[in-house]
Formats: sequence, structure tokens, C-alpha cells
Amino acid sequence: MFELIGIPPQALFGQLMLGLINGAFYALLSLGLAVIFGLLNVINFTHGAQYMMGAFVAWMLLNWVGVPYWGALIIAPVLVGAFGIVLERLFLSRLYHLDHLYGLLLTFGLALILEGLFRSQFGSSGLPYGNPLPGGTNLGFMFLPWYRAWVVGFSLFVCLATWFVIERTKLGSYLRAATERPDLVQAFGVNVPRMITLTYGFGVGLAALAGVLAAPAYQVSPTMGSNLIIIVFAVVVIGGMGSILGSVITGFGLGIVEGLTKVFYPEASATVIFVVMAIVLLVRPAGLFGTAK
Amino acid sequence: MNLKTWLLAATALGLAGAAHAQSGDDVIKIGVLNDQSGLYADISGQGSVWAARKAVEDFGAAAKGMKVEVIFADHQNKPDVGSNIARQWFDRDNVDLIVDVPTSSVALAVNDVTRQKNKVFINSGAATSDLTGKACSPNTVHWTYDTWALANGTGKAVVQSGGKTWFFLTADYAFGHALERDTKAVVEANGGKVLGAVRTPFPGTDFSSFLLQAQASKAQIIGLANAGGDTINSVKQAEEFGITAGGQNLAALLMFVSDVHALGLKTAQGLIYTDPWYWDQNDNNRAFAKEFAAGNKGSHPGMTHAGVYAGVLHYLKAVEALKKEGKNESDGSVVVAKMKEIPTDDRLFGKGTVRADGRKVHPMYLWEVKKPSESKGPWDYLKLRATIPVDQAFRPLDQGECPLVKKT
Repeated sequence: MFELIGIPPQALFGQLMLGLINGAFYALLSLGLAVIFGLLNVINFTHGAQYMMGAFVAWMLLNWVGVPYWGALIIAPVLVGAFGIVLERLFLSRLYHLDHLYGLLLTFGLALILEGLFRSQFGSSGLPYGNPLPGGTNLGFMFLPWYRAWVVGFSLFVCLATWFVIERTKLGSYLRAATERPDLVQAFGVNVPRMITLTYGFGVGLAALAGVLAAPAYQVSPTMGSNLIIIVFAVVVIGGMGSILGSVITGFGLGIVEGLTKVFYPEASATVIFVVMAIVLLVRPAGLFGTAK
Repeated sequence: MNLKTWLLAATALGLAGAAHAQSGDDVIKIGVLNDQSGLYADISGQGSVWAARKAVEDFGAAAKGMKVEVIFADHQNKPDVGSNIARQWFDRDNVDLIVDVPTSSVALAVNDVTRQKNKVFINSGAATSDLTGKACSPNTVHWTYDTWALANGTGKAVVQSGGKTWFFLTADYAFGHALERDTKAVVEANGGKVLGAVRTPFPGTDFSSFLLQAQASKAQIIGLANAGGDTINSVKQAEEFGITAGGQNLAALLMFVSDVHALGLKTAQGLIYTDPWYWDQNDNNRAFAKEFAAGNKGSHPGMTHAGVYAGVLHYLKAVEALKKEGKNESDGSVVVAKMKEIPTDDRLFGKGTVRADGRKVHPMYLWEVKKPSESKGPWDYLKLRATIPVDQAFRPLDQGECPLVKKT
């Protein structure tokens, strides 16, 4: 058997697989960010907190109402998405005519408040959430838990479906048109503000969905979002701000890059994504899949 | 308002200001410096602030005519943030004592600042045994536990029960490195072997990749040289990836009762770990836990909180003794010398001593996490496996390379 820089192939395949699993989370989260940025021009810093809320709502549904994981997968994103819609109507919609920076500051502040509220209520160590798909299968080179396989498959499906809706359907074309020329689309009789609100709600729902997916794999804790959000922003920047497909491909790709770093030089695995980001920004400032405006 | 009232108000303010300035040195100010918002907030956080205030209250400072004030701040687990706050507290806010300080890298930084400013530092939350080893200081007391004691407790027990080969998952900062080093020494001294280690970025969320490397090493024991959220996620994912089912065992070298609470007994059952203080151990501890729970939303205290309580109490005793002798109680090294001179005695750790190197010694206990069927409900998590007597619980005084010991 061949060996790659001292790493046996079994280990390598295993790490590639794990990278793909983590990439699924990155892809799903950066997809929501890309949708929101692409259509609203808002840098949604609350995204991490909304991801965390998704996980917490799943926990609450299970422990307070008795709704199992599969129900939470639908209900939690809807609830958190509705919360996002309220946020958009109350706060964000007042900032569209201002610089991006105001939206960023507002959402950043909201993220800190949300995180603080959950921490004060639930503590910092987090809460356990049982695995709905225990067990797994031995692939020969690694043990693949059923749950992780489900995460990869499901998030891939959600990503592709979202891309399809936005890039290939009539609804998606309205959305894209409304981003370019809201006044013109409005003149054709489309309710643009409502469409924007719903889009934000959808993006937030995606974050919450990722949160529900993460609940059984990681600990449900108030800081789970802030740990991840910086990486996800890097993913969006590398993929190209607002590029739907770019964020998905980059999400999975960087998951793999990170996974490999964990084998070859584990100490750097927390920073490797930012190194990639710096290089991409130097070579292609608009990101790998972005177009310079 | 006429001119007269203005003048009166101004005079009153001036008087108040003067009175405040005078009382500046009279007040004993205790700063609780720890993680208020991150992954170690549950093991330290507001619980430690509560414990410090409780110690002041139980000491009866007000009745003894001592004015004691407790303040707190968040060091965010960053050494630069921690040492800046410490400096500000000592220089500007007249803080006399800093307590708690989890996260070894921050603790080592605060240890230096305290020594420079000649104040007092009682550490409860951090683990590195360097605080009473190479980095020991005449201004520092390390109260609750350290990496040597953890390694000696858990490491030895695991090797002796057959876990001969080890692989470490090590949090990549001062604490993880110290814990790995101390455990490795214990494992090798007891005839075990360390097959490898991987340094994981701190704090982390996904440990599956590192766990897979541990699995590939075929070591019998995967030693978790990490803490808090890192440990919780490692244990959870080890179960998910079938590592524990595949015959390898985890040794959680540092666990807190709040970690067990966060993991749930289903996942945590069977883990063994070393801890000097468990709330359900005796009536005194249970009484303390009851008071703690009432002030902390039902959460139960861990060893760090107990250490803050006992440490602050002992500090106040030392200050009181110095006052009676007419000595200068604002000189940090004098206070710590007094703390080493008088024996410790409190309701949580009983009688004990502070050694020359600043190490507070007491027995350590080896605990096993109960099965869900054995637990009566939330927070009923541990059963006692073994007691490590006080003379064996901590690193022998002459092995720590502490310069303070060589001199005497």
C-alpha cells in the first residue's frame, strides 16, 4: 500500500470523510449568509447566534414539549426563522439605506445579546442532546456514525435545493432582480419589502437548521455559534460574498482542507482557513466564485 | 437652586471625596478574575464571585470591623486581557487580592503581575503545577488542585487497573501541556507507555479527527488532557464514533461536576476522575451546596468554587492576624507568609496547610461517574472509588523545582 508523507491511506480517507462532515456545517451556514448578503446586502453577524438558537429550540422542543429530533428539524427552523422576520421588520429594515457597516454593527450587537441571554439562562457548559441515529457502519478505513452520514447527505440536499430555487426558478429570478433594481421590480407589482423579509427569514431558518443538525453531534451551548461564525465568514469571503454555489463548494472544500491539516499539523488546524483566506484575497479579492462589482 | 445650596452641595461632595480617599487603604478589596462568558464560565464565573462573597460573610468581616469589598471581571481566557485587568486592579483600584483565575496561561500571567506589584494571588481555577513549581512566587497560593495531583490520581489508577498504553488529546496551551507532561511521567513511572499525542487547538468543537488518530494508535487509553467544553465534546464524540465501544477507554484527566451535568450520565457513566471536593460528600459540603444552589439558579458548586471560598476565608484570617500583630497587611508577600504559617481550617476542606512553595495540601479523591440507574436525580453523579491521603496527593515539595523551597 502507498503511504502519503507517513500517513497510512486508511487514516487519510477517514480524515477526508470527517472534513466532508464538518464541511457540511460550514456549507449550510455560509449558504444562509450568502443568501442574506446576496439579496439584502446585509452582513448578518447574528447568524452564529441563530444557529445556536436552532440547537436550543430543538433541545427545548425535546425536553419541554416532547417533540423528537425529526419534528424539531422542521419546527425549529420555522420558529427561529419567524424570530428572524421579527428582527428584520423591527430593526434591520430601517438600515437598508445606510452603509453595510450599520447592519453589521446591529447584527453583531444582537448576537452578543442573544448569546448572553442564553448563557444566563442555561449556563456555559451547554446541554446534552441525544443522538437520534445511534450506531454506524464500518467503512474499512473508519467507523462512520449513521448520524454523520445523514448530516452530510441532508445538508448537501438542502444546499443544492436552495441553489436551484434561487438560480433556476421564477421565484429566484424575482429575488435576484429585486437585488439589482428594487424600484423596477416594485413597478412590476412585486412586493419587494415582503420578499426581502421572507428571504431574511429563510436565511435565518437555514442557520437554525444547521443548529438542529449540530445539536446531537456537538454540545448545545451558548457559545457554539460564536466558535463557528468566524470560520463561516472566512468561508463566505473565500467563496465570494453573495455567491450561492461558491459558498457551498467552498464550505465543503475548506472542511476537507481543515481535516487534512488536523492530520499533518494539528496545531494549525484552527488557523489554516484564515491562511487560505489571506491568499485568496491577495490573488482574487472578489473570492473564488465572486464577481467584482 | 441659589448660590448657597450650590456651595453646600459642593462642600458635601468635597467631603465625601476626602472621606473616600481616606478609606482607600482601609478597605480590603478582593478581585475575582475568571471566565464570565466562555467555556469555563460554569466552573468558575459568577459561582466563584458568590463563593468569595460568602466567605467574606461567613468570616464575619463587618462584625470584626474589617471593610471587605468583592469585585469581579472577565479575563476571556486570554493572558493579555487577564494581566491588563490585574495591573489595572492593583494600580488604580487598590485591589489587594486576586482569586480564582482558571485557564493556566492566564494564571501564569497574573502570577507574574502579582509578584511585581507585591500583592496576593490565590489560584483555585487553574491547573498547571508550574504555579508551585518553576513559576512559584512568594505572593501566590495554589489552592484546589493541579496537573500533578490529577495525573497522580487518575493516571496511576488507570495504569494500575491495566491501561498500559496511552495516547493523549492535549489542549494546545500551558494547561494541556502541563497535564500531558505530568500524566506521562506518572504513566511511565508505573510501567505504562505513551504511544503518541495530538495537540488540539483551544477551544475546539470537533474532536472526531483527533479521536480517529487516537484510535489508529491502538492505545488502550485515550487521555484527555483538556477541560470544560473540550472534554465534553471529546467524550461525546468518542461515544458517537464507536471508540469507547471498540475497546479503547477514555481517561478524562480533568473533569468538573458541571461537565458531568452537561454530558448527562448516559454518556458520562463509568468515567473516573480526580477531584478534591464533591458537594455530596458530607453534611458540610451539602449545606454549602444548598446555599450555593439558592444563589446560583439551582446549579451546584464544583471544586473551584469551594477553593475560592476556602482561599478567601484563609486570606482574611491571615490579614486579621497581621492586624492584631500590628504588621503591614498590604504587603502581599507578608500576607502569604502568614497564610503559610497559620494552619488552614474551613468547613469545606477541613484542616490543612499551605506549603512553602504555595501549594495548599489536602486529600484528593478518585471518583467514578454513576450509571443513570444509580443516580437519584440531577447533580447526584459521583461515587467514591479511592481516597488519596494528603501526603501522597500532591507533588513532593522537593520535586517541584520551586526556587522558594531551595532557599529554605
